[in-house]
Amino acid sequence: MNALRSLSARPWIWSFVATAIVWLVTIMFTGGASAAGLSQAAFTFAAFSVIVGIGQMFVITLGPGNIDLSVPAMITLSGTVALKLMDVDNSLILPGLAVAIGLGVAVGIGNFAFIKLLRIPPIIATLSMSFIVQSMAIWTNRGIRVKPPAMLADFTTSTIWGIPNIAIAAFVLSAIAWVLLQKTVYGRWISAIGQSIPAARMAGIPVDGVRLATYVLCAVLASICGYLLASFSGGAALNMGSEYLLMSIAVVVIGGTAVAGGDSNVPGIWGASLFLFLVVSMLNTYGLGAGIRLVMTGVIIIAVIMVAGGRKRGRS
Amino acid sequence: MTGSSHPVPVVEAQGVKVSFGAVRALAGVDLVIRQGECVGLVGHNGAGKSTIVNVINGGLSPHDGTLSYEGEAPGRYGINSARGHGIRCVFQELSLCPNLTVIENMRVMHRALSGWGWRSRAAAAIKGKLDEIFPGHRIDRSRAVGDLSIAERQMVEIATAFADVGQKPKLVILDEPTSSLDASLAEQLLAHIRAYVAGGGSIIFISHILGEVLSTATRIVVMKDGRVVADRPASEFTQQKLVQAMGSVVAEKRDARAVRAATSTAPVLSLPLRRGRGLPFKAFPGEIVGLAGLSGHGQTDMLVDLYLSRSGNWLQRRKPEVAFVAGDRGYNGTFPLWSILKNMSVASLGDLSRATFVDEQHEAELGDEWKRKIEVRTQDMENGILSLSGGNQQKVLFARALAARAPIVLMDDPMRGVDIGTKQEVYDILRSEAENGCTFIWYSTEMEEVCICDRVYVFNAGAIVAELAGNDINEENILAASFTEAVIGEAVA
Repeated sequence: MNALRSLSARPWIWSFVATAIVWLVTIMFTGGASAAGLSQAAFTFAAFSVIVGIGQMFVITLGPGNIDLSVPAMITLSGTVALKLMDVDNSLILPGLAVAIGLGVAVGIGNFAFIKLLRIPPIIATLSMSFIVQSMAIWTNRGIRVKPPAMLADFTTSTIWGIPNIAIAAFVLSAIAWVLLQKTVYGRWISAIGQSIPAARMAGIPVDGVRLATYVLCAVLASICGYLLASFSGGAALNMGSEYLLMSIAVVVIGGTAVAGGDSNVPGIWGASLFLFLVVSMLNTYGLGAGIRLVMTGVIIIAVIMVAGGRKRGRS
Repeated sequence: MTGSSHPVPVVEAQGVKVSFGAVRALAGVDLVIRQGECVGLVGHNGAGKSTIVNVINGGLSPHDGTLSYEGEAPGRYGINSARGHGIRCVFQELSLCPNLTVIENMRVMHRALSGWGWRSRAAAAIKGKLDEIFPGHRIDRSRAVGDLSIAERQMVEIATAFADVGQKPKLVILDEPTSSLDASLAEQLLAHIRAYVAGGGSIIFISHILGEVLSTATRIVVMKDGRVVADRPASEFTQQKLVQAMGSVVAEKRDARAVRAATSTAPVLSLPLRRGRGLPFKAFPGEIVGLAGLSGHGQTDMLVDLYLSRSGNWLQRRKPEVAFVAGDRGYNGTFPLWSILKNMSVASLGDLSRATFVDEQHEAELGDEWKRKIEVRTQDMENGILSLSGGNQQKVLFARALAARAPIVLMDDPMRGVDIGTKQEVYDILRSEAENGCTFIWYSTEMEEVCICDRVYVFNAGAIVAELAGNDINEENILAASFTEAVIGEAVA
């Protein structure tokens, strides 16, 4: 009973509860036939949201007003550039990844330069940056769809012991993120900045340095996601990032990270990502039209946030 | 209409007591305001002037004692009840809505301006008052208040309070009304106050500029530590007597610590003139340097600038050069989501970590050590910081700064709202740390604390106007210096 109570005080538990319910409802409809397939698909697609969502979570933890809207354009750009560079050549897989990460670093620095030097609010700065980045993607791509190298395509679409490789990669990244947040000085610093910038500055925290590192981290995670997503789906497309704008923010919020900053939550990102994928598949399974499906998705998200928001804020 | 023909006072407060937590703001105040008099209210920061004014205007309910308007006790305390008796207030921190126009702000303050055509009536009323008080002003009534200069805003606020819309003001409370007005505007206001009082109105006039109070008030009330310590006709005071009445000579001067011969060693800190005026600033190792003067005259700004210029905003320096103890805890002190321990250790994470990983055991040990040293009253350092009382939160901030092992500690009036016991404990810690060579730069609004310091710089309008050391540090000298203006471009002493 006690364990149950302490578990229910965890902000991330609600997204997992919701996930389990939606999963059961979907499986019940199909009579249990698709349990394994559905779970595998859920983990694969959730993995992409997890990778982007973690980056967004770091940025949102920096406090009110901090958000990165250049994420979708970043995904598209890194996918297009990396695939074009690798040009179906297996030996260029790692250089391709390095270039994707390098692009992320550049865009992250650009984002923070806009915010800091031009004193533009993050929401506008990153949105402007996303136009620049998207234009660069269009310019590199020119409508040609390059296939990923065979080895990389294999890796992203196959499984080990039934677990998708992509999910394993996302899991490793989230474990690193968790350690970063909970155990390192950097984690303390971003939490402090999210609670109060003046207090953080007067406690000796290098506020601008930490904010820069965080925007870079977010852009790098988005570019890794773009690299994997383009390889997974057999080529980059110019709209491949678009759904991750709302997705990256939704998984952070549903996952129990404080929107006001200072308090982040890695496990919740997983729950929320699985949940959002499963809601769409459940509505698909029930054969609902696209319009109804979107409305239902919206209603369900709001309901989960209300349930999760009704609890007392767990403070550590 | 003179005071004698109206024996019933406009406001009468008897034995009013108010306390905020452990801090007693008013310890039994009697104050009577009669018709046709201007009462000057003077005293230090924290003497209780603003508190008694807030009780009179209905913003605060007295915890003990009685208050009556025109001889009758109000059924319910409150702003509306006070306004119903014709009491108006002009605050030091301007209280107009910056996004509304001058005319719309009139409507906010005066409910009588309702129904059709309130705009034109409000416009006429505010124009009339502004022309009357500040002839020659050029304030556009249709502009948003936020677009006006600070002096213009103050003028609008004063005119709004004096405006007669449906109900005549009987008592107008002016809290530092001239602080943002220049000399000629201030003179216009003072002239208006005299005329208004001669016409039978009453004024409570709060100002730190003693000359104004002496020339305008008919009676002067001096407050100190939440009590009225003098209440006499203005003609019986001189500037000198007023300063004496405001100040208490510190009971016993600490065993006169010899003025440190440190001046021969190199200063750990020296700053150029602030805004090119006044005296330069220097601090020597092992010294406790006080920053005094009236509040808001640039002391906090200097501390913050000093801190920012000596700590990295992009990369953390390996050894912290300065540490900071906040006075405004909620603004730049505590991290509300964190435990006491995390709040305390945040400035020493460099010492506590190996390869960027925080050593949690080491952190807990440090927490226990400081918990013992400064006696933070809590069972568990893992409790949230907000579970502590204000004084104990302040101790945690002290521990944070001292644990950072910086050679210079900056303190921004950190004893606000701290009870006397805690203060004594902290004073002792400061003394022993200073003897170990730590330098403290201490802004305080409390005279007693300033008198503990080895050397004191007095601020006025953002610049240092006086330097006092040793036995020259006393209340009289500091007060006198607080009212001097800095000479522009004075030669470096």
